[in-house]
Amino acid sequence: MGNRCAVIGVGQTAYRTRRQDVSIAGLVREAALRALEDAGLTFRDIDAVVIGKAPDLFEGVMMPEAYLADALGASGKPMTRVHTAGSVGGSTALVGASLIQGGVHERVLVVAFEKQSESNATWALSTHLPFNASLVVGAGGYFAPHIREYMRRSGAPEHVGTLVAVKDRRNALLNPYAHLRIPGIDRAMVEATPMLWEPIRYLETCPSSDGACAMVLAAEHKVTGTPAWVHGTAMRSEPIFRAGRDTVNPQGGKDCAADVYRQAGVTDPRREIDVAEVYVPFSWYEPMWLENLGFAAEGEGWKVTESGATALDGDIPWNASGGVLSSNPIGASGLIRFAEAALQVRGLAGEHQVDGARRALGHAYGGGAQFFAMWIVGSDRP
Amino acid sequence: MPSDPGERVAEHVLEFPGGYTRTTGPVIGRFLTELREGRVVGVRTAEGRVLVPPLEYDPATGEPVTGEYVPVGPAGTVQAWAWVGTPRKAHPLDRPFAWALVKLDGADTALLHAVDAAGPKAMRPGLRVRPRWKPEGERVGHVTDIACFVPEVTTMAAPIRTEYRVRPGQSLARFLRGVGDGVFVAGRCARCDKVYVPYRTTCPECGSTIDEERELPGTGTVTTFAINNLPDPRAPEVPFVSAYIQLDGADVPMIALLGDVPAHQARQGMRVRAVWVPPEERTASMTDIRWFAPTGEPDADL
Repeated sequence: MGNRCAVIGVGQTAYRTRRQDVSIAGLVREAALRALEDAGLTFRDIDAVVIGKAPDLFEGVMMPEAYLADALGASGKPMTRVHTAGSVGGSTALVGASLIQGGVHERVLVVAFEKQSESNATWALSTHLPFNASLVVGAGGYFAPHIREYMRRSGAPEHVGTLVAVKDRRNALLNPYAHLRIPGIDRAMVEATPMLWEPIRYLETCPSSDGACAMVLAAEHKVTGTPAWVHGTAMRSEPIFRAGRDTVNPQGGKDCAADVYRQAGVTDPRREIDVAEVYVPFSWYEPMWLENLGFAAEGEGWKVTESGATALDGDIPWNASGGVLSSNPIGASGLIRFAEAALQVRGLAGEHQVDGARRALGHAYGGGAQFFAMWIVGSDRP
Repeated sequence: MPSDPGERVAEHVLEFPGGYTRTTGPVIGRFLTELREGRVVGVRTAEGRVLVPPLEYDPATGEPVTGEYVPVGPAGTVQAWAWVGTPRKAHPLDRPFAWALVKLDGADTALLHAVDAAGPKAMRPGLRVRPRWKPEGERVGHVTDIACFVPEVTTMAAPIRTEYRVRPGQSLARFLRGVGDGVFVAGRCARCDKVYVPYRTTCPECGSTIDEERELPGTGTVTTFAINNLPDPRAPEVPFVSAYIQLDGADVPMIALLGDVPAHQARQGMRVRAVWVPPEERTASMTDIRWFAPTGEPDADL
């Protein structure tokens, strides 16, 4: 795994439908400056910048990394753009970590953002290429059939998705950065919302958000303050149309989890991990990923959700921050998972802190559930 | 017969010839002089507050103000507003606008003026506005030297259009020729023994070149599907079903429209067959497949 690496600063913007008070550059700077402030550093102390975001079509700014380099203090320094669709925030953190682990740099700033209000994500994801009638309408249109197949295979009752939608939004009420904050959210409220891409209801989907997140990563001899140590990092990808590909329980996700657990010495994730921030943009992906990530046996994930184990007071809280279901600046959503995992083991998660969290999983997936990025961070130096 | 006095109407105008003269006094005179120069000033009270527009006295205490004039604005913040949907002749704008109390930066009191906004939805307390001045030569030392206030710029349109000329590649072109003829052309990877449709020339699993073509029947099984309640130009109605259809003999599903069946009667395992548009209407593109429709066979096991 290379040299030791730790998170020494985390910065987030408020996630909102429209951040009309800031430009794209102002948005990423808001997160970056907060991460630097948390680390007690300035741009001068940073060796390299890694930036991630989802497709350029979302804002219509081609190669925004070129325009944002000086906004992020990267003049005269290496700047790298990462793009792995929805998992990009996670991949961005891991590319940054690899620069430390490989001994190339001592301090790296990683930043990810999306300003979805500049256009419309469903439009940008439904480009209707000539000759091709794929008939997929937005991300929900793509994922709904796989959720239906999960429900068929597992026999999960229909209300399980509702439980996740309520749980994550209740957690969001404890997170001042969260976008969707719905006081009094309950099952009846979720079930009263219409089906968009059946079996996905309106309140079982993530919002469209503007926002950015940043972290300062440091080599061991540059660690200051309360660090979150990186215990393991892994990425996997797989082709979207491969014969026999399991779209409900993708092999790439299983392999990625096995790799990150091996590095961190985790053999039983449900027992040995204290809190997980997992990319759940549609509520049913919680039980699906519980199985894919080995927190539950195949077909049993919905029972873990139904038991309340993934609630903030459960034995394995998932998405204490409110998760992607509550805040979704797409390109940043993965990095927010990784950053929230770091905040938990640093004891700095505020009202949604999981008591005594010492080891946390950050997870992101993207594309047609074909790109995976994960890390495990801990309060102990590995 | 005497006429009804109620029917008699006369227009009567009272207008002092040339208009009244209004002596401004030193304080308001200074304010108007500065306006003519394109500047806004307030006056400081003995207690240190800045009055805009200025007065000769502090309205709270009746004490005279100091002789200190303070440049304010030109930007300010809307504190309260009322929408004027039908402007009258004497109004400063001939289109709908808002009357607003605008507190200019550096002032402690608000100025009443017109805001030229796109509509009532564009108005809110806290809105940042700036004066739109009359041209210098038309300014006379009057509050209407500021024609109106306008919102500050917070967004701009960024029209972007990218035009592509797209050609299908070799393998997609082969597949589409087949579609034009009403057949599904697939490719079989000899190494993996897997059949891919649409036809492709390399295997996504092992990377081998695929050189075996196969024609598949137009029948298959719905493995899973979504019922879309959002409109889409490619679908005839809402809701519509987008289905994963595994053609008989293929090892990967295709995503296609399901038709000739109410959306909520779609089932996983349903047997379907392609419904083609008539040969004379075909364009050798995916739209040649109208949709897949149930065959009526018993459902397949998944």
